Order: sequence, then C-alpha cells, then structure tokens
Amino acid sequence: MTDELFRAMAQSIIDGDPDVAADLARKAIEAGIDPLEAINKGFVPGVDYVGEQYGKGEMFLPDLVLAGEAMKAAIAVLEPEIARQGGQRQTLGTVVIGTVEGDIHDIGKTLVATMLSVGGFRVYDLGVDVPITTFVEKAREVNADIVGMSALLTTTMVRQRDVIEALEDAGLRSRIKVMVGGAPVTRAWAQEIGADGYSEDAIGAVSVAKQLVSAG
Amino acid sequence: MPRPIKSITNPRLALQILSPEDVQRIHTATLEVIETVGVRFPSPKALEVWEAHGAQVDWNTKIVRAPGHLIEDALKKAPPVYTLAARDPAQDLPLDGNHVYVGTDGCGVQIIDLYTHERRRSALKDVAEIVRVADYLEEVAFIWVPVSAQDCPPETRGLYELKAAWENTTKHVQTESIYSEREARASVEMAALIAGGREKLRRRPVLSYALCTVPPLGQDPGTLEAALVAAEAGIPVGFMTMTSCGTTAPATLAGNLVVGNAEVISALAMIQLAYPGAPVFYAAAQTAMDLRTGGYTGGGPEDFLFGAASNVLADFYNVPLSMGSFATGAKEPNWQAGIENSLSTFMACVVMSDMLLGVGLLHGSRIWSYEQMLMDCEIYDIVYHMMKGIVVDDETLALDVIRAVGPGGNFLAQKHTRKHMRDLWVPKFMDRRPYEEWEAKRDDARDWARAMARQILETHQPEPLDPQLSAELERIIHAA
Repeated sequence: MTDELFRAMAQSIIDGDPDVAADLARKAIEAGIDPLEAINKGFVPGVDYVGEQYGKGEMFLPDLVLAGEAMKAAIAVLEPEIARQGGQRQTLGTVVIGTVEGDIHDIGKTLVATMLSVGGFRVYDLGVDVPITTFVEKAREVNADIVGMSALLTTTMVRQRDVIEALEDAGLRSRIKVMVGGAPVTRAWAQEIGADGYSEDAIGAVSVAKQLVSAG
Repeated sequence: MPRPIKSITNPRLALQILSPEDVQRIHTATLEVIETVGVRFPSPKALEVWEAHGAQVDWNTKIVRAPGHLIEDALKKAPPVYTLAARDPAQDLPLDGNHVYVGTDGCGVQIIDLYTHERRRSALKDVAEIVRVADYLEEVAFIWVPVSAQDCPPETRGLYELKAAWENTTKHVQTESIYSEREARASVEMAALIAGGREKLRRRPVLSYALCTVPPLGQDPGTLEAALVAAEAGIPVGFMTMTSCGTTAPATLAGNLVVGNAEVISALAMIQLAYPGAPVFYAAAQTAMDLRTGGYTGGGPEDFLFGAASNVLADFYNVPLSMGSFATGAKEPNWQAGIENSLSTFMACVVMSDMLLGVGLLHGSRIWSYEQMLMDCEIYDIVYHMMKGIVVDDETLALDVIRAVGPGGNFLAQKHTRKHMRDLWVPKFMDRRPYEEWEAKRDDARDWARAMARQILETHQPEPLDPQLSAELERIIHAA
C-alpha cells in the first residue's frame, strides 16, 4: 500500500502534476506516513528519475520545471506536518536570489531559483529590481549560505559589485557565497567583482551552488 | 565622398508564409490578448496616455487593457513611409517598402580583438572603430551601436556610444542602448545638433530608436519614457520583441507571434496616442528556446520562419519592419554561423523586411567579430544577387549567341558573355582556388576577412564631424 503510494508520488513528479502531488502528500499525512519519508522515498525518486532522463537527453528543461512545480506543491503540504512533528527538512543550503536594482528581467533568475529548489536548496526569490539593502537584509534574516544575483544589462551589471561590497560592509561576506549570472555577465566579470560562482545557465548554476556549499 | 549603399530593391523573388486569413486570425487573437489579458506598461507617463484615451488601467499591476478599436485606430495614424536621414543626405534611407537595408548588430559586450585575437570586454574605442569599418562597407546601410562602451559611466554610456558613431560615419545611426528619459533627452539634443536644429531633426531624423519589449506581455519603464521623449522630437521609434518559444512565449509558433505582436502593437499604439503621426516601426527577433537550457539560440528553423512572418504582420499594420537576422548563436565564424546567418537573412529579405539587424556578432549577439562582420556582408551580398531573380527577355534568352556557338563550342569568346559576365556574382571570401593552392597556403575566409577589416580600419577615413560639433556633443553629455 505504502509502496504503491510512493510509486504514485514519484510518477506525479515525472508527470509534473502539482495537483496530484499535493493530493498524494495529503493522503500520506492521513495514512500516518512519516512526512520526511514521503519526501525522500516518494517524491525524491521522481526528481532523480527526471534528472537522469534529462542527463540522457530524453527529457528537456520544461520537464524539469514541471517536476519542480510538482515537488514544490508536495513540500508545501508536507513541510508544516514535519514542523508539527518537531522535525526539519534537510536542505543543501539557503539561497537568496534576485535581479539587481534597475533591471526588471525575470525569467533567467526565476529559472535558476526553480532549479536550485528542485536541486534541494531552500530558495528565497526576491523578484526583480531588488535594492542592494534588500539583498543584505534578507540574507541576514534567513541566514543565507548563498546570495545569487542576475543582471541583463551592462548598465545594471555593475550593481552586482555593489551588493558584494554591501555584504562586506554588513560583515556577512565571509560566511556567504555569491553567485552571479545574466547575459552580459562573464566569468571574467565574476572574478573581477569577487563573486564566488558563475554559470551560463540554470542547470550549471545548480552544480555551482552545490560546489560552493560543499566547499563551505 | 560618401560610400555607396547596397540595398535590395525591386525584388523578383516572393514567398507566401501566411495567408491573409492567417494574418487576420493572428491580429484578432492579438487584440483579444491586449483587451482581456493586457500588457504591462510600468511607467506613470505611459499609463496616463492610456487612461486619457479610455483604456482600462490597473495602477497597481500597471497592466493596460485596451479595446481593439483603440489599438486599430491609433495604428492607422502611423506614417507608412518615411526616411531615416543620414549625416550625408546621399546616404538617406527611404523606408518605402521597396528597400532592404542592413545595419550592424548590437549590442555586444565582448569583442575578439582584430590584432591580438583575444576576447575581451568591449570599450568606447571599439564602438568608434567598428563604426568606421561599417562606414566603408556598402552592404551596411545604417549603424546600430555594435558593442557596449563599458569603459564609460553607465549613466551616460548610451550617449558616448552615439557620439562615437556620429564621429565615425555619415550614415544613419539607430541606437538600441538608450533606455532612460534622461539619456533620451540628451540624445535628442545631440541629434538636433547634428541635424541643425529641432525642426530640421523632425524633417531629417539622423537618429532613430530601437527599444526592447519585455516579454511576455510587458514593457520596460525607462524604455517607455525614452520612447516618448524621442517620439515627441520626431525621432523614429521601434519596439522589438524577442519572444522565445517555451520560455517567454507559447511553444507554438503562432502563439509566439501573438504574444510578440501584442507587445509591439500596443507600444506603437501608445506612441500614436501620445504623438499622433510620429514615425514608428515594428521590430522583432523572435526565437525558440534551447530545449536543454532554456537559453537564447540565435538561429534555427523557427527563427527563419519568424524572419519572414514578421514582415507580413508589419505590412498588415502598414509600418516599416526592423528584423533580427544574422546574429548567429555560433561561438566562432563557422559552419553554424554560415547556415544560421544565411537562412535568417534570406527569409527576412525575400519578404522585403525594411531593416535587418545585423552584421558582426557571435554567440547570440554577445561577441563582436570583425571576421563575422565581413562574412555577414558577403552573405547579404549573395542574397542581394538572388533577389534580382532571373530576367527572361530576348537579350537574356541569348538565342543569337546559342546559334553562333552551336553544339560543342564554348561561350568564352562571345561579346555577349563579356557584356553580361559582371552580372555574375564574384565572391570575396569563398574559396574557389585550385586544391593545391589551398593546400600550400591553408588559409581561408576568416584570414581574408580579417585582413580586409584591418585594411579598412587602417585606411578608411570617413567624412569627419566638425570638431566644434564634437565638442558640443561632449558638453551635452557632461550636462546630462
């Protein structure tokens, strides 16, 4: 019975169906299944499968994003139950992400946020046109491991440096890793402004984030 | 002497990509989107324009919902034909539906150095040098700011780029890198100085604006305010959509066209509501995402189809079109670059898109390459020749010559041959040498293109801008 439920959970992720995933999560709670186990044995294998198929070139980015949406829906149901039981979901780390001030480009940043969240991070997405102080305050508030910044214009790209400096001024820089991205952003730029990580796309960003947190 | 400009005119090829019914359905769907879903105009000035004309404005979300008749009536006020003026009137570009003009691509952030071959961040000097080469090339009819002057302060960067352009060409300049009201005001002042006053600028706009929409279904605040400033001064303004199947638009091509069309025509309508009769143009560079990364591809069959379809839409609205062609996703001038830039340019030319953007950039419009610039010009030259089609008349049927040569002879010694041989295309960068000659040298198009770019850069001197004008431009930038 439980095995069947777990299989259905994995399938809901593979199908990318948030409604079904949330339903199954509720069923698990009703059946008294440990919510952490529901995540790890039910839903996570679905995420793993999708990742594997993506790696083989059999699935594509929309499959990953839909799987991510389904996973989010399941976790939204299960997380309060975990908290009620006094537990905590294990994540790889906490990421604060946003597009810098003066820049309203959303998609790339949102995609990175989704991929990081599917990849096992707790993600706080601050949206677009995010003031420097908001990055710093949120990072402090949620005790972030990583701050991620996007910029699509050469004129707003310079704000990435300002945020890094503001993190330094706030005394947070030593314990926070900084990732940058966006069309005009290059590895050379990332190095120049003292960022710790850079990726050209969302999939790469997940590997970079994992390396950054494991490097401590 | 101004350099001649090679524009496609009186085409003999045609392509039907959308039927009149298809266009009508796309138009109807677009109006439904604008009326029921709405488009985000996050600028109080733009929202005021909409509200004053009876559109439904949500001041919280900044979303405008406008009835179809408001959009249609506004678009009817747009002039169907006007001229992009050049510093030298001999290089003026009438946008009359019977010309295709090519510009430089923009706005790159890196450049492959012409002498060291190193890839580095672009600077103001690069803008000046690229424009100087573009001034020489007859395939290039107008200038887009090719790379970003990243050594200039962000607040006035777009203005320094304009100054560098005017100092190095007499051709028309179109900027795609001004997106604030403050910079727009200064750019109008600069353009008026070049044109000889505000009224002359209105009659002879030596500057035009290409501005980006923010798909799906959005606009950028600074861009909208810059557009209003430019339109008020009579500077032609275009809005470019870069909707991408799967990320910023539906995966289906028709759906993509609807989203991009809604962005562009709502913006053009807003300009017409604010300044009726202001010259505007449609601009597009739709694409499909890379299925693996979601990234910009810079080419593919979808892009090529969009290249032809967009002109049908611009014609339907009776405004000129600026179409994204070239702009390969390739990292180097190679096989991929050749295919992508040829097919995109052919498809955009065969339907007579008015402006094509543009030559010279690699990696999805991010890295400038002089080699690619010159090879892109050759691609355009091939299409230019193809567009002349096949002329069938007594002279070209050449029956007398066929009779004279007869079976088994050859046509080399015929006067008819010498008379017409120069109609045949001569390449600059195609390798048609004997095999052994190639084997001995092992050089190719890239080497020849690089050598030609160096030669142009080292020898071509465009008609200089009066130093006093330059000083005045500098003063305007400092005051901005």
